[in-house]
Amino acid sequence: MYRYDEFDHQFVSERTAQFRDQAERRLKGELTEDEFRPLRLMNGLYLQLHAYMLRVAIPYGTLSSRQMRRLALIAEKYDKGYGHFTTRQNIQYNWIKLEDTADILQALAEVEMHAIQTSGNCIRNVTTDHWAGAAADEIGDPRPVGELLRQWSSLHPEFSFLPRKFKIAVTGAPHDRAAVRVHDIGLRLHKNDKAERGWEVFVGGGLGRTPIVGVSVREFLPEHEIISYLEAIMRVYNLHGRRDNKYKARIKILVHELGAEKFKAEVETEYARKPRQTTEVEERELKRIAAYFAPPQFEKLPRWSAAFEEAKIKQPDFARWSRNNLAAHHTDGYTIVNISLKPEGGIPGDATADQMRLMADLAERYAHDELRVSHAQNVVLPHVKKDDAFTIWQALESAGLAAANYGLAGDIIACPGLDYCALATARSIPISQSISRKFASLDVQEDIGPLKINISGCINACGHHHVGHIGILGLDKKGEEFYQITLGGSSAENSSIGTIVGPGFAGEDVADAIGTILDTYRGLREPGETFLAAYRRLGAKPFKEALYAPA
Amino acid sequence: MTAEEKGQIITANRLRDGIAVFLTRAGQWSEKIDDAVLALEPQAAAALEARAKEDEKATLVTGSYLIDAERRNGRVRAAHIRERMRTLGPTVRLDHGKQADGTGGGFAAPEGA
Repeated sequence: MYRYDEFDHQFVSERTAQFRDQAERRLKGELTEDEFRPLRLMNGLYLQLHAYMLRVAIPYGTLSSRQMRRLALIAEKYDKGYGHFTTRQNIQYNWIKLEDTADILQALAEVEMHAIQTSGNCIRNVTTDHWAGAAADEIGDPRPVGELLRQWSSLHPEFSFLPRKFKIAVTGAPHDRAAVRVHDIGLRLHKNDKAERGWEVFVGGGLGRTPIVGVSVREFLPEHEIISYLEAIMRVYNLHGRRDNKYKARIKILVHELGAEKFKAEVETEYARKPRQTTEVEERELKRIAAYFAPPQFEKLPRWSAAFEEAKIKQPDFARWSRNNLAAHHTDGYTIVNISLKPEGGIPGDATADQMRLMADLAERYAHDELRVSHAQNVVLPHVKKDDAFTIWQALESAGLAAANYGLAGDIIACPGLDYCALATARSIPISQSISRKFASLDVQEDIGPLKINISGCINACGHHHVGHIGILGLDKKGEEFYQITLGGSSAENSSIGTIVGPGFAGEDVADAIGTILDTYRGLREPGETFLAAYRRLGAKPFKEALYAPA
Repeated sequence: MTAEEKGQIITANRLRDGIAVFLTRAGQWSEKIDDAVLALEPQAAAALEARAKEDEKATLVTGSYLIDAERRNGRVRAAHIRERMRTLGPTVRLDHGKQADGTGGGFAAPEGA
């Protein structure tokens, strides 16, 4: 189980004390808002529409039950009894007081948590596959290298004042669940024909106002050269990245403006300087860190669990949940439990303190004390015995956490939108609620099949709408909310940016428009063809015709 | 008889807890938009702005700015949806924010829906 080391402990404690002093000075007027803003942002504290918001990092989405309980405690003691799991493996609290923040950071530090690298023009907290260390298709756990990158980049003086924020994602599996092609840097672990492990390195992907799929700058980088190679990329970016215009400062713009080949050449030139002759330090560090992510002691179990199979026969709702919410584990007799935080008509990613505690209890009792949060705003119990799945389902069911819609139309990603966010131009959550209600029938959802509906409340795209199979972007049109629909996006290994289908819709018409799109798909699909595959085969035309047919 | 007055009010967030507040005629900061003093002329708006800057220095509030608003039937309506949202709380959690605390404004954030 991941833990941070003694150095981090001291560092986070010092940082908390430092923030306490900064906040006190701000409250006394010794610091102006202009002076204080960058300091609070460095500690994850934003000012939103209704109050301050605190964004807490969950490195690699990995949590122990003790940490989850602490998140519940903070929700209850300092917020209004709930928290919001975000699209970047963080949790946000919506109703925070500045005067409480230092106490909250201290409460987090006690369980080895913090809000560092959740904001600012630094290398942000590294994200990975939420099934890391558990997925059947995994080549290697991506978290140790994520942690290596974190330790390398945290407060790195050379990379603390980048032109703009910088996000790195890592996947250790061929099926990309970490969206590596739409990050500033994406890393994909794979093996070459000599069965050696190495990284494919993608650079310059991103969403926001300029969505771009990253380019592969190295097809195979030997595993232990990663830090030196990333250093070369960061140097090229630090040197040539634009600082004159905030909207052109991300590395994707640099890669785009220079051209992939020229950018690649710059990186290779920098890399050829080889500041370090060997990879000895990296190898040693990675080995040391890997021990922090040591897998739990799995029992030797048969692949087939009689208790599990019997429960499915007896209880059709459990069978459905198993079909949709469980995923293949690499060890026989185990499964990955995906807890959907998307109940019908609910707020995507929101969980109450009681729900957090229940999930913590289940993790402690049945899942090697481990939980994950995913960028799709769900919670995962990565290591569960199939024998225990039914008991877990019953407990989840009683807490309103057993929505059997994982990966289906109801499993919608939505940013907080104008209901909470100071940057938003329109609301996201009510749109997701209306769609969720429209497709309340799980029979219908299962018939539609795998579907990602992603909703953002502004062009900053926290809801990842560009890479939704169906993306929805909320905008402000003369003071009224209206919504643009994009089709054909994907954040997986077949990554693509969705295309705007046509003129936008008023909020109350969005769910029906989605219904029209999905009816069109169901009418035209070939047997077994997913929505995304059908869209790619058919193109936008039939969907446009259906949506904008004259009445 | 319904008097409609259009002008500007000044809003900010209270420094210690971030709650949205509005400057009143008495120079206090109220959580209720209905308490806000409406500046009908640019000169009056500038005076409000100056007053707010003073209160920023005095660490009462932060990030003050003028917004367009009007008084309708004695209640104050912010022109923009974002600002009406700030006078109420999230539309998806009616149990939280000003709308739940009895300090809500009189006009729904989204209109015409």
